[in-house]
Amino acid sequence: MFGWEFPPFNSGGLGVACEGLSKALASSGVDLTFVLPFKIPISVPWCRFVFSNESTDLISENQMQRLFSGYQSHSIHSKSSKTQDNGLPDAVSGDLIERVRAYALRAGAIAKKNKHSVIHAHDWLTYPAGIEAKKVSGRPLVVHIHATEFDRSGDNINKEIYNIELEGFRKADMVVAVSGRTREKVIQKYGISPHKVKVVHNGVEFQKSVNPVLETFNRIKAGGNKIVLYAGRITLQKGPDYFVAMAEKILRYEPKTFFVVSGSGDMEELMIRQVANLGISDRFIFCGWLRGEELATIYRDADIYVMPSVSEPFGLLPLEVMISDTPVLISKESGVSEVVSCVLKSHFWDTDDMADKVLSVLRHKKLKNHLSVNGKEEVKAIHWKKAAESLISLYNSLDNAFSMFLFPSSSTSAGTQVSHF
Amino acid sequence: MARKCYLPANAVLLQNIKDNPDFKASFSISGVALEQFEKFAPEVIDSFKALVDTGNIELLSETYYHSLASIYSEEEFVNQVILHRKKLRDLFGVTPSIFRNTELIYSNNIAKMAEQMGYKGILAEGADHVLGWRSPTFVYKPTGTENIKLLLKHYRLSDDVAFRFSQKSWEGWPLTAPKFADWVSSHNGNADTINLFMDYETFGEHQWEDTGIFEFLRHLPNEILKNPDNNFITPSEAVDLYDAKSELDVPDYVSWADTERDLSAWISNDLQKEALETIYALGQEIVHIDDPILLEDWRKLQTSDHFYYMCTKWWNDGDVHKYFSPYESPYEAFIAYMNVMHDMRLRLEEAKKKQEHGVSLHRVKPLRFSEV
Repeated sequence: MFGWEFPPFNSGGLGVACEGLSKALASSGVDLTFVLPFKIPISVPWCRFVFSNESTDLISENQMQRLFSGYQSHSIHSKSSKTQDNGLPDAVSGDLIERVRAYALRAGAIAKKNKHSVIHAHDWLTYPAGIEAKKVSGRPLVVHIHATEFDRSGDNINKEIYNIELEGFRKADMVVAVSGRTREKVIQKYGISPHKVKVVHNGVEFQKSVNPVLETFNRIKAGGNKIVLYAGRITLQKGPDYFVAMAEKILRYEPKTFFVVSGSGDMEELMIRQVANLGISDRFIFCGWLRGEELATIYRDADIYVMPSVSEPFGLLPLEVMISDTPVLISKESGVSEVVSCVLKSHFWDTDDMADKVLSVLRHKKLKNHLSVNGKEEVKAIHWKKAAESLISLYNSLDNAFSMFLFPSSSTSAGTQVSHF
Repeated sequence: MARKCYLPANAVLLQNIKDNPDFKASFSISGVALEQFEKFAPEVIDSFKALVDTGNIELLSETYYHSLASIYSEEEFVNQVILHRKKLRDLFGVTPSIFRNTELIYSNNIAKMAEQMGYKGILAEGADHVLGWRSPTFVYKPTGTENIKLLLKHYRLSDDVAFRFSQKSWEGWPLTAPKFADWVSSHNGNADTINLFMDYETFGEHQWEDTGIFEFLRHLPNEILKNPDNNFITPSEAVDLYDAKSELDVPDYVSWADTERDLSAWISNDLQKEALETIYALGQEIVHIDDPILLEDWRKLQTSDHFYYMCTKWWNDGDVHKYFSPYESPYEAFIAYMNVMHDMRLRLEEAKKKQEHGVSLHRVKPLRFSEV
């Protein structure tokens, strides 16, 4: 598979698509070699990288920036890039078309060295390389079209690029378009036979959404904004509507607050509509279900977690958040409020009181710290072992004769012989 | 509260004085308490007046607002003591000569400030860690002073009444007047004065009427006076009668609160510190603004109870702080207080703007001790 860029060294969607696609292929059992034009410090567990210019030292970050930004620009013969004489080999220096050609020159050697059964090339930048590889190995060539020159430049296209694309489509055994719309373009603007052009829609990588989400949180925090967290199912029972009403009140006093909603449920649409009606959509971030590291991060980074449950038999989430050093505001209608005291409590319907308490935590660092530190200490003492011990002593207290029958030796071994039945 | 505690307790004391002209007692009543009596139960003021008029009751000096100003601002502390003296003079026509600080908070430095204000005596907790081997039953001289004497609370005997009176698990229960009089008399020969200091709400509130606390109070003078070696004196009489046995060095604050007998009931967690720092920082500007209502509100917010409610020392176990607090948790107390602080700051900014528009900036006339 020939690519041009790969995350995190990417300038746009092409790299992201290559990553998602390669990973998904590998996990379906495809043995994949990913070829890149320049040596970059990258490795992923699912495929092997080959760099067309292996002899070149790793190139620096800003050189890389220039290389990849060339991909997005179509002023490929601009004076500035011509006059740059940075002493790099031609795959790295030189204008974009020259770099594309240099990549192709090395593709034959790569194809000879690496065993493969199919060649897959992404966008015009790699088509010449794919064609060269096919010449050497005779394996079928698939060219993938993520964006045509018409998408990038409208009707004012660069003829040279158009020709490279056209040659790629013609020499390929199969053209893969990312959408029906793109397929139509390939057929009409390039005159490619319809039966040769197939559509494969892009996917979304769930694991990969980690980074954008975390980056978003970091940006929010860096801008001096506060984060109020809602987590869990968005259902009537959890009181999402009270959360929104509270948020609106908080924003009147602390406009630099973001409300992050992690989770989903049958009231999600209603919640989004409510937020939009109040005109505070720009302060809400609906992230769907956050998991793993993402969830741990938002637990840690939130300034406060609010659980406005209308009814909650217990509610483990506040405890998980407290363990992450984050203060919590829970409804008095939740079972968990019976066991914790280093928390703030409100009635779920009292959105004034909730807003007041959240504002206090956002404004007073001392209060926030006190709740984080003491809350964590408190939660440490609420463990399952304790619950088990309570249960065991409860079993034993049920009925003397009964427990004597069940645990005849309970007097000697202090009631630890409880088993599930 | 007036009907449950102050009125019946005052009635018992008045009767005691009528029955025993030698029975004496003294009161330390904050300005804010007096204000509340005037506003909600003026008959309580009348009953105190009747007691003071017998001549057997001494009134003590303290800060008007039951504040912690002695720790945070000497200037404010002195001002509040002056305000309280004025209040006592206006209401009862008396001028106190003995000082009792908020919650019995005491240190060498506080004694020195009281001495500078002209007091001849000051009260403190007779805490073990302060006394060591010494007894609270003598008069002492605070380190670093010349003209002021120190009276120490006999905390065992005081707490027998205040805390343990109705505690059935206590070996002394049931506590009767003769039994208590015996314990007092057992000090004879090795004591000049036994100072029983307690919260007045012991009578009827902390110990309810059905515990027999009023009967106990009713019979105590008679029982104590049965022993001819015993008599009742007021704090100023004790200071006049007895020389200081020795010097007592108390560099760190002591108080009568909680088991620690230190400042931790009001100043131990970050919330309390933040609240206190905020109120006293506000004061630096408020005292220069000509806005008497703002100034008065600022002073009311210094009352130590506000910070007591924010105490988290024993919060997890639920305890005496919880019993006295109107808030559901220390955090609610803090949040409410800081919201009020926010409001105070807005009012201060308003007042400053108004003052700038005024013709000239004239400062609040300073209170002078000599004029009181």
